[in-house]
Amino acid sequence: MFRNTYDSDNTVFSPQGRLHQVEYALEAVKQGSAAVGLRSKTHSILLALKRSSGELASYQQKMYRIDDHVGIAIAGLTSDARVLSNFMRQQAMSSKMVFNRPAPVNRLVSAIADKAQVNTQEYGRRPYGVGFLVIGLDQSGPHLYEFSPSGNSYEYYAMSIGARSQSAKTYLEKHYESFADCSLEELITHGLHALRETLQQDKALNVNNTSIGILGPASVHETGIAPSGPFRILEGDTIQPFLDTMIPKDAPAPAAAPAATDEDVQMQE
Amino acid sequence: MDHFPTNWGRPRNDAFDAYGTYPLAQRPYNGPKDTFEAGVQRTQQPIVTGTSVLALKYKDGIMMAADNLASYGSLARFKDIQRLHPVGNNTVIGAGGDMSDFQYIQSLLDSLMIEEFTAQDGHSLGPAELHEYLAQVMYGRRSKINPLWNSLIVGGFKDGKRFLSYVDLLGTTYSASTLATGYGAYIAQPLLRKAVEGYEDVLTEEQAEKIMTECLKVLFYRDARSLNKYQIATITTKGVNLSESRSLDTTWSFAEGIRGYGAQTQ
Amino acid sequence: MTSIGTGYDLSASTYSPDGRIFQVEYANKAVENSGTAIGLRVKDGIVLAVEKLVHSKLLVPEANRRIQTVDRHIGLATAGLLADGRQLANRARDESLNYRDSFRQPVPLKYLADRLGLYTQVYTLYSSVRPFGISTIVGGIDESGSSLYVIEPSGVFFGYHGAAVGKGRQLAKTEMEKLKLSELTTRQAVMEAARIIYLVHDDAKEKDFELEMSWIGDETNGLHLPVPKDLFDEAEKAAKAALETFE
Repeated sequence: MFRNTYDSDNTVFSPQGRLHQVEYALEAVKQGSAAVGLRSKTHSILLALKRSSGELASYQQKMYRIDDHVGIAIAGLTSDARVLSNFMRQQAMSSKMVFNRPAPVNRLVSAIADKAQVNTQEYGRRPYGVGFLVIGLDQSGPHLYEFSPSGNSYEYYAMSIGARSQSAKTYLEKHYESFADCSLEELITHGLHALRETLQQDKALNVNNTSIGILGPASVHETGIAPSGPFRILEGDTIQPFLDTMIPKDAPAPAAAPAATDEDVQMQE
Repeated sequence: MDHFPTNWGRPRNDAFDAYGTYPLAQRPYNGPKDTFEAGVQRTQQPIVTGTSVLALKYKDGIMMAADNLASYGSLARFKDIQRLHPVGNNTVIGAGGDMSDFQYIQSLLDSLMIEEFTAQDGHSLGPAELHEYLAQVMYGRRSKINPLWNSLIVGGFKDGKRFLSYVDLLGTTYSASTLATGYGAYIAQPLLRKAVEGYEDVLTEEQAEKIMTECLKVLFYRDARSLNKYQIATITTKGVNLSESRSLDTTWSFAEGIRGYGAQTQ
Repeated sequence: MTSIGTGYDLSASTYSPDGRIFQVEYANKAVENSGTAIGLRVKDGIVLAVEKLVHSKLLVPEANRRIQTVDRHIGLATAGLLADGRQLANRARDESLNYRDSFRQPVPLKYLADRLGLYTQVYTLYSSVRPFGISTIVGGIDESGSSLYVIEPSGVFFGYHGAAVGKGRQLAKTEMEKLKLSELTTRQAVMEAARIIYLVHDDAKEKDFELEMSWIGDETNGLHLPVPKDLFDEAEKAAKAALETFE
């Protein structure tokens, strides 16, 4: 019934000191559709691929707002994600109430990581089956974190999770050094290119299956965004201008993404 | 260490956790209960008390002053009590009211600052955050009808900004260029306002200190729970500076000539 | 390990016929697979250093710390499962805070190590939990001076002058034995710690790594702080140079 003797329970170490149940939980994350996160000096962004179960079904939500300064993209079990994101919202609100300060993003991520650790050590529970990419903007600037069911969290320049995320990762590793100085538009183009790598052969990114989450000052294609650049999720027709910036895969594209369409628009520092 | 069996999942206690869903991390409390909880009395009056704290904004930051007395009723019981308490590098808390409650607040803040230090992530609690925290604590306690009997002034300087705000045992908060608690709110506040308002950005440290000592002097003459020994704290770009205890140059010799009070007859 | 797979190694609450608790031994395996962590107790303080294995070049350097702070005067470095390390550090912070609330004093290192030992041991008793997959180095300064302890998955703890846990601990221990630890200053110890971490790192087997160091001593006013940038760079440079001459 089991693959080996030591994988039925999360309270059992294998003779190699591994926790198979935790490793299987990490596999659950890979069942979810992909999400990509990137950050520059001014912005943090998330991009995610939404799935729908059929023609008549809507697309499954992949991004959640935690607070004005924090947003997440998920891959894996959505119901687990809702539990954890609610917890993050509570933590964020409590920081606002008690200290009148936006919660430091790393502490929000650590809080859920510590919660997840408990589920890897106690009997009768299973590890969470969901991974997060968390973007945040606090006193120390824009951030991107990954949270995983093992209870680990790391800060990255760019990262991808979910199905076929390795392909996106390869793209990101090739280009990440240029991200720091990217404009928002360039950063999103990079993100879309990375996300595209996770698609199946005959699929393409479109306004229905793509979500873009942004933290930081508004893009030229956005209107009515507060100067503080709160977290917002772009979906539907609003992302068409961004999709248009993508360079077709078979075209002999230059490594760098195209610049913003409007030259005189400068990013606010 | 907690070895209560059901807290470790086995044997399972079917009474409250038939399906093993009870998180071990949220174990039920199995210790003794306070049988007389309902009979506990709350603070109804302060016991050992401090009197006024004065604070003002000046050119370089915030200046605060308080004397070193803790009274036991009308008795001048402790003459070396520090009522200005630095918290971190950017904030000073000054307290009037019950001194044991103030000491409790100090330990709360100490724990809080350690928690913040141990995060080691570059984030720190400044005066504004500490004031909000204290306001929540004070309001929370008063809502339990068990107040911390203090009026507190939080002064600080962080990221180039001055911060000065007040919170008391009711959870009331407000900010102004000059603040005073206790008797000082009646006696010193008008003097401070006259000397400071409109001059917040021009007053030098020397001028500010002169205003403070003048007010402390007046308070010493008028407030029977005050002392002529005091400390001054400044919070500026350079951080917190808390002075040693100093004495006010005061005299009672003129009292010889005063007539009309007490038991004297012409 | 002859008893593997006989069913006596599936629970922390089961002894094998020859009196061993295999789950604890397996937990030690998790420690042995992890990057090395060392601690030096020297004349005027403590230095902690870890070899942080970098699993992706997308990681932000210096952001993902493996040395944690328990209290103003105490640092903690773990080898093994990272998340377990965070859990134990949180427990250590609670213990430290409780001690302060009770006695209005900073917690003594020995007391803290004892409490963490007990806590770890409890997780070796029940089948409903697994042992901690970490060995922990706690170092700090209290009124009796500086001290350094290692807590193992079984719950036992020992005091050390020089401690090493994780993959490269054998080599690290050999190197530390060559040092006159009680005569070193923390500044010198930082240099040695960097050198040892660079030495024990196995280029052939392992991916990239990042050095992380912290210290507690007179120079830090008794606070547990990351080693300042200039000293860190100096130590790292010297470590790299020493490695070349060594080879």
